[in-house]
Amino acid sequence: MTVTPHPALGDALNRALLQAVENGLPLVAEPYALIGKQLGITESAVIERLRHLQEQGVIKRLGIVVRHRALGYHANAMVVWDIPDEEVAATGCCLGSVPFITLCYRRPRRLPDWPYNLFTMIHGRDREQVLARIEHLIRRCGMDDIDHQVLFSPRCFKQRGARYTTLDTRMKSAL
Amino acid sequence: MNTATLPLSLTEQRLLDEFQEGFPLKPRPFAHIAERLGISETAVLDSLRRLHDAGAVSRVGPVLQPNLVGVSTLAALAVPAEHLDAIAALVSEYPEVNHNYQREHRYNLWFVVTAPDQACLDAVLADIETRSGLKVLDLPMLEDYFIDLGFKLQWT
Repeated sequence: MTVTPHPALGDALNRALLQAVENGLPLVAEPYALIGKQLGITESAVIERLRHLQEQGVIKRLGIVVRHRALGYHANAMVVWDIPDEEVAATGCCLGSVPFITLCYRRPRRLPDWPYNLFTMIHGRDREQVLARIEHLIRRCGMDDIDHQVLFSPRCFKQRGARYTTLDTRMKSAL
Repeated sequence: MNTATLPLSLTEQRLLDEFQEGFPLKPRPFAHIAERLGISETAVLDSLRRLHDAGAVSRVGPVLQPNLVGVSTLAALAVPAEHLDAIAALVSEYPEVNHNYQREHRYNLWFVVTAPDQACLDAVLADIETRSGLKVLDLPMLEDYFIDLGFKLQWT
């Protein structure tokens, strides 16, 4: 699978801006002015570029990013579904807008080992809540007849957020 | 650190409920939030610093589209239980692996691999297969249906 880099990344200033903000805005009264100072552009240029990157979908959302576990959401399950190919987009969109889902991707089947083509991540305070939420999803998106599996995670061996110290290098090499 | 019982004021709950998306793109964003919550700009900044230090807030910033740069895949191995710790450690060694979880299934080890291009990604997967002696299930994302509006917290 080849990846076409987003056209917005062709702009060196956009790359520098994304690198400057990816680990969070500075918690100061005028964060955009401070970032602008670091990049040698005005506060309003920072704001306009962030707005544009959001409109283009490069930035999916801008805001507070919470840590589920620290807020008491101790259970997480990857729920995988075997959805007929012609229905997967519609079902994916139905699931993708449910508030307690944190990921919803289509992935390839690998028959005969792996028949599941839709992947969702569900967080809950405990396993019972996660299972109740899955029941809710099945009703909401009409999935009674869909084979699925619930893969709880008892242990995390490694978790490093999408922190790219060399984001600019990586973006350039992807162009 | 037990943050499960991190006490949050009602204002802090509103802060987390209302500002996971649509963060103000205004010169003084925290002052705008403060006005909405009826507290001072300083109080908003202090709360965010506190929640960040306590581990409840990872950052205030952008969530980027997946696979913006390079390529990635979700991979899985079916590891015999007695070898799980050793194989998990082997997989975690790779700098290209950024998530590595045990999951309750015959495929019991799940990890995300990212690399600058497909050839590098394939080389990492092949290396893991050779070293573990196990066949890797390679499941790259084909389509993203997730509309990220932040995580809906329930307070009761």
